Amino acid sequence: MPEGTGTTSNVYDANTLTQAEIYGRVLCDLADADPRIVAVTADMTRSTKIGVFQDKHPERVFNVGIAEQNLIGIAAGMARSGLVPFASTMSAFASMRALEQIRTDVCYQNLNVNIIATHSGVSFGQAGTTHHCTEDIAIMRALANMTLIVPADGYETANAVGACVSWPGPVYIRLPRRFEHVHYANEDYGFEIGKAVTVSEGTDITIVCCGVAVYHAAEAAKLLADRDGLSVRVLNMHTIKPIDEQAIRVAVSETHRILTVEEHNVVGGLGSAVADVIVTGGKGCAFAKIALPDCYLEVGNPKDLYSYYKIDADGIVASVRELLGRELEADEDGDDEV
Amino acid sequence: MALTLDDIKTLQAKARQLRCDMVDVTVWAGGAHIGGSLSMADVLTALYYHYLNIQPAEPDWPARDRFVLSKGHGGVGLAAVLADKGYFDKELLKGFNHFKSPFGMHLDANKVPGVDASTGSLGHGLSMAVGMALGARFQRQTWRTYCLLGDGECDEGSVWEAAMAAHHYRLDRLTAFVDRNHLMVDGLTEDVMALEPLADKWRAFGWEVREIDGHDFAQIGEAIEGAQATQGAPTVVVCQTVKGKGVDFMEDQVKWHYGSIDSELAAEAKASIMGAPAVAVAGGA
Repeated sequence: MPEGTGTTSNVYDANTLTQAEIYGRVLCDLADADPRIVAVTADMTRSTKIGVFQDKHPERVFNVGIAEQNLIGIAAGMARSGLVPFASTMSAFASMRALEQIRTDVCYQNLNVNIIATHSGVSFGQAGTTHHCTEDIAIMRALANMTLIVPADGYETANAVGACVSWPGPVYIRLPRRFEHVHYANEDYGFEIGKAVTVSEGTDITIVCCGVAVYHAAEAAKLLADRDGLSVRVLNMHTIKPIDEQAIRVAVSETHRILTVEEHNVVGGLGSAVADVIVTGGKGCAFAKIALPDCYLEVGNPKDLYSYYKIDADGIVASVRELLGRELEADEDGDDEV
Repeated sequence: MALTLDDIKTLQAKARQLRCDMVDVTVWAGGAHIGGSLSMADVLTALYYHYLNIQPAEPDWPARDRFVLSKGHGGVGLAAVLADKGYFDKELLKGFNHFKSPFGMHLDANKVPGVDASTGSLGHGLSMAVGMALGARFQRQTWRTYCLLGDGECDEGSVWEAAMAAHHYRLDRLTAFVDRNHLMVDGLTEDVMALEPLADKWRAFGWEVREIDGHDFAQIGEAIEGAQATQGAPTVVVCQTVKGKGVDFMEDQVKWHYGSIDSELAAEAKASIMGAPAVAVAGGA
């Protein structure tokens, strides 16, 4: 198995496996090569799709029952004793029920605990607010030592899971519940933790996106090229912490307009992280966010909710047009600024 | 093998010295959780000077026994012990709590040699100890994990999540101690949130339970050796202790959960610890 991304191309078919299922299979393969790897879960062996791992390595799965604080505390203790634990549960419970354990036991001690947080955002939209998780990006961003990855699809999940074993310190990987659109054709597109992936080059505007929004942003870019003749740059900002500041600054400089798209509360998520980089970079630009509103959300299947909250191609197209209609004025360097 | 009378005398003398050290550190720190440090001092002494398999010259020695101070506010007590064991220069403790010191009142495992887990938020340590014990078993290591909890800490639900797991996994190389000094910040544990019957609670969670006088080295030694011989279940030792033990004016006083000591009061405290005649100090407590 190659170092770094840890997986080989096209081993996992993202068109037939969910991201969580791919996580389970990658973990199996990684564990074959690394005896330190164990899986810990909180009555979520089935939901977080580590059943395949359990079938192959039953002695390496620890199901602590419905006890998320204990899940993370045990994972921290395992890491302290030299293991590399993957702790999986639903994102709402990982990020909020066990938050203090993540902060104090894992991040403060800077342990190689990898948290696989499933059912992200409104990907379990039918379940209602208790099982929505629209806060975790904001929460994880505020934890020192934490690395935060929001994969675009199953292939990126394989890359992220593979990469986090040798990545120092804790990693939080945010996955949706079931099938989402697959963006990439395989795992070979140059994934590297902390480096944005350019999905499409463009000069009129940059869409910075993560997770399920990447597919929709790429679709929107094609529509805008066809219908409006626009050149739209799309950046897959899969790693939100540490964020790729350079890619954002170059985009500000070269496209003068930035739209962020994410399936997360508008407060504190990808959009806020990108805005932080822009406002401290000293160069202004037209800026807008597409994100979930700061309220408890409607119930529904994910597709309907993405559409309702404008995290789909049509919503993105509309926001791009609005942002392009904003007046800009040239600054003294001759660059366009808001 | 049971502690001999000589062992016990040696441990008693060491515990007196360590209690005096804890008083010194409290002075240097400008205030500390001295009451709960003194109540657990004898258990710490028995572990660090007789039972733990450790190598202070090599703090990260992989085969060492692990110790998790789940009642992390006892950091001033553990730091005094670790310094005396030679993990670091005792002089460093003069900077305890000071600006940029590696020593804050809740010890940081990444800054203080010999600390196996960063603790301070109650209810976290036993889960980490369970993870360590599972890690040892998974890696076919024979080292043991010890975890010391406060009694008030047992109000935390996460303690019982960990207790359930330790039994489920039959972690017989994990031993917990509860420093049952009966006092918490706001008063008696039984007034704030009743814990009793505490031993029965642990029994109901599947633990082997031993109830001892936590200041009697013969009983402490017997309990640890009993835990080491127990197979198929984790052991908890409920140690009946006195908060502030050894310092007459602190004993059983809730106000000494956390306190400051000046050098005059420190002298009085150390005299009490060493069993010297009480020295009348003007303005003393």
